[in-house]
Amino acid sequence: MAAKTLYDKIFDAHIVRQQDDGTVLLYIDRHLVHEVTSPQAFEGLRLAGRQPWRVDAMLAVPDHNVPTTNRLRGIDDLVSREQVETLDRNCAEFGIQEFTMNDKRQGIVHVIGPEEGFTLPGTTIVCGDSHTSTHGAFGALAFGIGTSEVEHVMATQTLLQKRAKTLQIRVDGVLGQGVTAKDVVLAIIGTIGTAGGTGYAVEFAGSAIESLSVEGRMSVCNMAIEGGARAGMVAVDEKTIDYFRGRPFAPQGEQFEQAAAYWRTLKSDPEAVFDKVVVLAAEAIEPQVSWGTSPEMVVPVTARVPNPEDEADPVKADGMRKALAYMGLTANTPIEQIAIDKVFIGSCTNARIEDLRAAAAVIGSGKKIAANVTLAMVVPGSGLVREQAEREGLDKIFIEAGFEWREPGCSMCLAMNADRLMPGERCASTSNRNFEGRQGQGGRTHLVSPAMAAAAAMAGHFVDVRQH
Amino acid sequence: MNAFTQHTGIVAPLDRVNVDTDAIIPKQYLKSIKRSGFGPNAFDDWRYLEPGEPGMDHSQRTKNPDFILNQPPYDRATILLARQNFGCGSSREHAVWALTDFGFRVVIAPSFADIFFNNSFKTGLLPIALPEATVDQLFQEALAETGYALTVDLAAQRIVKPDGAVIPFEVDAFRRHCLLEGLDDIGLTLQHADAIRAFEAKRRVEMPWLFLNR
Ligand code: SF4
Repeated sequence: MAAKTLYDKIFDAHIVRQQDDGTVLLYIDRHLVHEVTSPQAFEGLRLAGRQPWRVDAMLAVPDHNVPTTNRLRGIDDLVSREQVETLDRNCAEFGIQEFTMNDKRQGIVHVIGPEEGFTLPGTTIVCGDSHTSTHGAFGALAFGIGTSEVEHVMATQTLLQKRAKTLQIRVDGVLGQGVTAKDVVLAIIGTIGTAGGTGYAVEFAGSAIESLSVEGRMSVCNMAIEGGARAGMVAVDEKTIDYFRGRPFAPQGEQFEQAAAYWRTLKSDPEAVFDKVVVLAAEAIEPQVSWGTSPEMVVPVTARVPNPEDEADPVKADGMRKALAYMGLTANTPIEQIAIDKVFIGSCTNARIEDLRAAAAVIGSGKKIAANVTLAMVVPGSGLVREQAEREGLDKIFIEAGFEWREPGCSMCLAMNADRLMPGERCASTSNRNFEGRQGQGGRTHLVSPAMAAAAAMAGHFVDVRQH
Repeated sequence: MNAFTQHTGIVAPLDRVNVDTDAIIPKQYLKSIKRSGFGPNAFDDWRYLEPGEPGMDHSQRTKNPDFILNQPPYDRATILLARQNFGCGSSREHAVWALTDFGFRVVIAPSFADIFFNNSFKTGLLPIALPEATVDQLFQEALAETGYALTVDLAAQRIVKPDGAVIPFEVDAFRRHCLLEGLDDIGLTLQHADAIRAFEAKRRVEMPWLFLNR
């Protein structure tokens, strides 16, 4: 049998039928649903008089619109409330399991999927959300879809797909002290560009990726989409398998061992050929800070804001000038001299327990956030992450230093709820997108790791966490 | 889905790379549970001078005179010309709904983000990827001549310029067929319901842990 990549193994295992032109009807094992991209799909089902094909393959949760304070009081914003209530109603009507807003298991859809063991290796996972790529960290084929496709999966348990090309991104070597998974993925995007992965399914590999925890791998796969790739994935190893032991939706007992035997096959064959390979040296990666309005506009913390005059491509240089103007930055400014107004530690990239531990570790006892930082907030990725952090006393470290300790949700990652930047405000953020207006109209986002965000909160400007 | 056969319309040159779906339709409008009505808020942050919220009377807001879609005749444009990696970022299909609701039927760019590209076909918006140099040429011509219009013929897979010159383009055959006929994907797929059921039955035996049957 010909050698296969991990992507091809999973893709092939899900082909229901194939048309002559290569379009495949792909079976979908897991469908995650949130309030923003599902209402029109449910409405479509109703209008066509259709039922969901398989409700046990679905799990729903409100996350984008939910408030992160005073949740028991309900949602003040009427439009947000209606959207969340619409999800509740739709799930009740069609018999879909939902973790409602005040369920302690509620959280960001990409955090709770793995946490519950709903995400499993070898599965196809979709959600009406581009960061579905996160779940690929567990050797799954996971990708975001639009609302029409959400309806298609609901109605048929399948999707019409073309096979993607394969891109292996290998990070070889050992990561330096203070360099995290987030820095790795930002450095990758800085290298390949925001469209570098377009049309590809990416497999992240190499010793530096293997050495990451599964949560770190989630941060990397999360941002595959920021490099243009719908799906990012990492091969299964014993860390992956151990992660799922005892998770509520995961197989138990004998069935777990049966599943694990299959999961161990989920890696690219040694002779498998990728359409493209990119290699980075782990030792060369430093803590990263984005300076512009696209995730590819990123540099090491030790560097300066780039100068558009040095860019040969006129279209690119123009993009850089627009970004500098929006960000209120001058070319050649040392990154460490950029002062910040707000800090956001959260999102599906970096709101898991390890992220919160890493941020708390930087704070140090008795220290306070810098006087110029008007708001520093920590928004755990799920209710269970929040509970775990409180058991470890992390909440106290944050609160004593002057951070706000919030309830779980997407929050200021996209500012659909009340958490947002004001025009001109500058934020050190652990999220994944620094687009114009992403965290609030006129807001300026710098993407960093949790440790770098915490260090910036304490200093009031960006600092190299390795020296902190 | 809206069928697409042939279309002639004014070209709006939007000279930006990496236009993301957050820019096409900002998050506050995603709170809508409908599929229509997003047109007044397409490119909201660029189009209006003051911040917008759902429920406002958008016709009363101050338009940014520098933004191309506020300048006649581009406010009636139906073909959007853009730079590389158009539609990157969030999977929100609302971006496509906002563009079609504004009146766009075609987007031409050197490259598109995968999810946006895919979403477009579901609502009858035709994304056309052309070589960078060709797009550059179109930008020059569109900027030079106000009201510059193109004719896009999907069946023939060609664009006809005002001077009669022809630019051929590629579209995946299956997608083209669905778009020309305005076919509903779900209906097509359900013709294979037996194949799906058979696949599922086999999977249930081989990987029972994937079936929760709560
Ligand atoms: S945390 Fe941010 S990126 Fe992740 S799902 Fe929520 S809004 Fe999207």
